[in-house]
Amino acid sequence: MSGQELAFYGASVLAVLGALGVVASRNIVHAAVLLIASLVGVAAVLLLISVEFLALAQLLIYGGAVAILLLFALMLTRVREVPLAEDGPQKPLAVLAGLVLLGVLFAVIFGTQWPGVSDELTVVSFTAIGERLFRDYLVPFEIAALLLVVALVGAVVIGGLQEDEG
Amino acid sequence: MIPFEHVLALGAILFALGAYGVLARRNAVLILMSVELMLQAVNLNMAAFAVYRAPEAFTGIIFAAFILTVAAAEVALGLAIIIRVFRNRATSNVDEVDLLKW
Repeated sequence: MSGQELAFYGASVLAVLGALGVVASRNIVHAAVLLIASLVGVAAVLLLISVEFLALAQLLIYGGAVAILLLFALMLTRVREVPLAEDGPQKPLAVLAGLVLLGVLFAVIFGTQWPGVSDELTVVSFTAIGERLFRDYLVPFEIAALLLVVALVGAVVIGGLQEDEG
Repeated sequence: MIPFEHVLALGAILFALGAYGVLARRNAVLILMSVELMLQAVNLNMAAFAVYRAPEAFTGIIFAAFILTVAAAEVALGLAIIIRVFRNRATSNVDEVDLLKW
């Protein structure tokens, strides 16, 4: 087993354990920190399959911005007396649904003869991604920018404006 | 060489865990975190398909970049709504917020 594979399985274990912590942890702050661990694991896997661009974007956007935002929301919506991480009565059904989904996905993944899978990884350069994004996908790119603006303005309007709350 | 199926399997595990979290959790912020996990899994699969199957086209990487954008917008709006609900109802438990109008 090569070092690359070892690193892949290590990063996978980190990602899966982090994800398990997110869905199973009693403490909501622990869940948020473990989400960051899981994101770092996924970013490492992306790096190992030579998608550097996504790995970096992942770390910056998810690890940096989204995780911090989630932590802030956790702090802001905390009621000390109530154990917030309590799971609902639908938990057994959720376990069943998760396992069925996993089983079906695994059956499909390992039951399929994937055609045209290349034997070596090709590194996609940042330059190529940039050219692609700004030439072939320029309109979706601009729409995504617009979407972000609308989302941010919407977030400020929904979350920020104070009303008279009788 | 990392086997293609194993990358997909990691994505499947993460997605299933996220789906379980969305269904089982009651805290809205934790549900949002589980949704993030599912988006992670999708991104991973997109990247894997792009790199292993069509590295000269790499459409999957572009798609994953757009998914990142949408995920960021979703988190910002979702958290704003959660904080608003918390301010009105003093709860972030989704079971207690099951009426559209009150």
